[in-house]
This record gives sequence, structure tokens and C-alpha cells, in this order.
Amino acid sequence: MEQYTGKSIFNAIAIGPIYFYQKAQATVVRKHVDDIEAEKTRFASAKDAALKELQILYDKAIAEVGESGAGIIEVHMMMMEDDDYLDSIGNIISNQEVNAEYAVATTGDNFAKMFAAMEDEYMQSKASDVLDISERLIQALSGTETEMKMEQPVILATQDLAPSETVQLDKSKLLAFITEYGSTNSHTAILARNMGIPALIGIGLTSKDHGKMAIIDGANGILILEPTMEVLRDYQEKKAKEEQQKHLLQEMKGKTTLTRDGKEICLYANIGNVGDVAGVLANDAGGIGLFRSEFLYLEARDYPTEEEQFRTYKTVAENMAGKKVIIRTLDIGADKQADYFKLKKEENPAMGLRAIRICLSRPEIFKTQLRAILRASMFGTIAIMFPMITSVWEIKKIKEILAEVKAELSEAKIPYKDVEIGVMIETPAAVMISDLLAKEVDFFSIGTNDLTQYTLAIDRQNQNLEMFYDAHHEALLRMIEMTVNNGHRENIWVGICGELAADQELTERFIRMGVDELSVSPAYVLPLRKLIGEIETNG
Amino acid sequence: MREFSYTITDEIGIHARPAGTIAKKAKEFASTITITKDGKTAELKKLMAVMALGIKQGDTATVTANGEDEEIAIWAIEKLFQAEL
Repeated sequence: MEQYTGKSIFNAIAIGPIYFYQKAQATVVRKHVDDIEAEKTRFASAKDAALKELQILYDKAIAEVGESGAGIIEVHMMMMEDDDYLDSIGNIISNQEVNAEYAVATTGDNFAKMFAAMEDEYMQSKASDVLDISERLIQALSGTETEMKMEQPVILATQDLAPSETVQLDKSKLLAFITEYGSTNSHTAILARNMGIPALIGIGLTSKDHGKMAIIDGANGILILEPTMEVLRDYQEKKAKEEQQKHLLQEMKGKTTLTRDGKEICLYANIGNVGDVAGVLANDAGGIGLFRSEFLYLEARDYPTEEEQFRTYKTVAENMAGKKVIIRTLDIGADKQADYFKLKKEENPAMGLRAIRICLSRPEIFKTQLRAILRASMFGTIAIMFPMITSVWEIKKIKEILAEVKAELSEAKIPYKDVEIGVMIETPAAVMISDLLAKEVDFFSIGTNDLTQYTLAIDRQNQNLEMFYDAHHEALLRMIEMTVNNGHRENIWVGICGELAADQELTERFIRMGVDELSVSPAYVLPLRKLIGEIETNG
Repeated sequence: MREFSYTITDEIGIHARPAGTIAKKAKEFASTITITKDGKTAELKKLMAVMALGIKQGDTATVTANGEDEEIAIWAIEKLFQAEL
């Protein structure tokens, strides 16, 4: 078993044999020609043939990948008819009295060099297009064919794939591809994405690898050659799951989450990093119900600045394009520690100085975060929620601080929007006074992980307590119901963002309690959307 | 002679596809149509030469038409710039 890593183009798994494709190196030889006019005519008809080929590819690409993918081929046709390019070829033929192949190759190299020397990365990438059309012309001139003949579905490995080659490929025989060269923004990469084929860039296989069994793990950018049976079986399972998810996606994507009797449920996703947004969008979540902001603090060596935080929140808000993004303010302490906070070691950290307690004891840290969030509010629909609330005074104090931050922003003429604020209900105290808290905020989000541990007095990490631990404990479910009822009495919405939100055994019960929102890991969004569609709210 | 100036709003500047569309259009006219940026000029119907000017987002370029149909040519090209770039 051998393992390689490359840049991944499309996050999917592919399993199959390697097909190594060696480009027919059309070696161009410089030959003297006597009849220049005949050579020019030969070139003209080769050019017509090449253009016809491109037209066929263009039609094929339109059908397979749509207009955006086909645009590349259209550009190739235009380049092939470019006056300067053609003039250069014609001049070389007549001035140097040489064969058309040589004239094309020389011209192609010159133009490619010109593009490669440009500053702009986009323009640099045009060099490969020039080479691609030149190669096509040379093939048309010399009649060489470089068709790939694949008898069974394969993982195609090659040095580089020209966009036109990618379109020519028989997609039904293609599981994935691996190229040694290219970039994640190359045409090939774009086409791969459009076609939904996993691809790895930057792995140079050789003809020795032809026929070897291989696995591509797109999510991790890994290629495994000749995997062991165990690994293979593992990936086959993952692949099956992936297929299932894909089906679900096709069935459920773009639909609103409705119960059978038509009540809309907000089905959001939890994220812990900017990179997770891709998963949120891919799984079609209606918004982000829990953006754990602590990674900003945990990954840093010092307090993240307002600017750093602002950029992160702004990126997420922009990527979500107007869908709701609920940012949970700093929730460190207990098992999540950052050295520079210099928190004292505690006997009982779960019940110690953590989350909002840190924010209220060190308002300067809190204010930096609030300023960053408010500034980012201009770029989407942001809401803020506060963790570990136990008392009404805490939320009143938070609102005071928030008002100060807003006043400072207004004074500095920095724009912000009024955002929804909510509290996380994750302590029994918050549940018991949820009627009072509901008067202060716009929403509740029930954090079931902490609520379970504080309600049952059980540390979930402690394996000795397994027999006492019940994730569906009636006490917990009643707490949730009480919170929902108290929230609704004050006309605010109530969601669940802990692990329990994704527990399909409880979904029906939650929906019947009147829970308005569930926020889960991205992968659970679509299965839940399907399940919710089968539930009657008052059955 | 007719001309107009235009500031590119497209994120990747004058890239292949719009340059190609514009080149195609430019070929329909008898006038000589050129594009100039920072003293460098290219004939608009020459796709690769136009691209080689490396005109980016925010750059301002001047397009000039010279010939019997310059009036209509400049009008058509300006409209295309607005739509594509």
C-alpha cells in the first residue's frame, strides 16, 4: 500500500484501477518545404478540420457541462482564428520555408511564453490554452490520434489534461483523475467540478502504476495505491454512504423544510470554522444556527484582534449570502483552554469561570468581539447568542455592554445593523427562569450537551457512569419542552443546537413540542429534512 | 475618428471570453478599431493582442474607431463593453 497527497478538486471518493495515459509526444521536426503555397493550403485545411473538431467538442460540452464549461472551447476556437497567431504561422512558413507543424509549434511556444510572462495569474493560465490549440493543430496536420481507449471505469492518471482532452473523455468510463501538473483553478479543475468527478493535482504517477487498484479520498486529498483489503472495505462503506447522501441531496436540495402538514422548520447547521461553510452550503442548510467562535481564540497565540475577527465573521456572512448566521460569543474555559487567557486552574472547570462568565469579568475582550460582530452585520444576516447564562442580570448586563459598543460605533461613524440576540439555554437555572429570560431576548437556542450534563450531574466523558447516563432522560425532555413553552409565550423562537438536535429518534417529539429550529452538523441536514417531511405536528 | 473611454469592472479584467466576443464584433466593421491602455495599443479584433495588454479591473482603456463606419462601430463596441466588462 502506498499513499500520496495532492490538491483535491472535488470532495468525493473514487475506487478503481489506474489508467495511465502518456501523451503522444507529437515530436515536431523542422523540415524544409519548397512549395510554400501548398504548405499554406495544407495548414488552412488542417485549421478547418481542427475548428470543426472544436465545434463538435463545444456542442458536447454544452450538453454535458453547460455553457460555463463550454466557454473554454469557444475561447479556443476564437484563439485559433486570431489574426496575430495565424499571421505568425503564415510568416514562419513563408520566410523560413518550413513545414506547418514547425511553424505552429514555434508560434504556440512564443505566444505561450508571452502569456506566461504576464503578471496576472489568470493571464498566465492562458499559456496552457495556447499550447492546447497548437497541439490540436499539429495533430490535425500530422494525423496523429491520441484517443484514450478505456474498457472499464478507471481512475485516469496523466501529466496534465488539456481542457479539450477533458471534454473528449468518455465520462461513463471515468471515475476520477490524477494529474501531475495543473492548478486548482485550471480549466480541467473547473470542468472536473462541473462534472462532479473527484480529481487530485500534483501527483506524478508513471506507466508502472497502470492497472494498479487505487482509492482517491477527495476530502483529504489522498491517493492510496494498492490498498489493503481492510482499507478498501472501509472506503467502500464510505463511498456507499456518500452515494446515499448524494441521492438525498438530489431529492431534498433546494426544498424548504416542511412538516407533513406544512409547518416550516428552520433547519440550520453548526460550524466551528470558516472552512465548514462549504459543507453548510453543499448540504443546503437554511442558515448557520451555531457558529462556534472559539476557534478564533483557540488557534491563536494571543487575543485575536477586532480586525481578524471582523474578517472571519464577514467572510462567513458573505458566503451565506443573506441566510442567517448565529454567532455564539466566546465559549472557552472547562475543556477548551487558551494559554494567553491565563485562567487559573480550577477544581471543577465545568462549573468554573467559563464562557459568558469570562466575558462579563473581562469586558474588554467581550467588547472586541461584539464590535467585530456588529461591523460584520453589514454583510449579511447575523445574530448573536450568549452561552452559559444562568441569571437575568447577566443578559441585562450584556445588553448594556452591547449598547455601549453600538454607541461607540455610531460615534466613529462605523455602520452596523441591529442584530437579533439570543441566549443559549444550557443550564437548569436558565430553563427554570426561561419565562423571564424570554422577555429580554429575540430567541433561545438550547445547548443540549451542557444541559444534559448539568441536569443529570453526569460527566459524559466519564466512562464509569455509562449505566446512569440516558441521553433521552425524561427530565431533559421536560426541560426542553418548558423552554419552548416559555419562549413561545413571549413570542420568541426556540431552537436546539446541541447533539440531540440531530437525534432522529427525538425529531418527532421536538417538532410536536413546537421547536422552531434545529441546528445540526451539515451532514445531518438533508436526512432530517426528509424525516421532518414525514412528521405531523399534532398527530 | 470616434472614441470612448471605459473603466473595467469585471473581476478578472479583459479576459478571454469577452475579448473573444468583442474581437468577433470588431471584425464586422470596416473601420480600424483599437484599444489603448498606458500608451500600449492593440487592434480590437486581435484577441490575443488585446489580452496581452493585461487590462485589469479598475483600469481605464480607450477604444478608438477610424473608418467609414466608425460611428456605428464605436456605438456597438461601447455597448458590448458595458455588457461584458
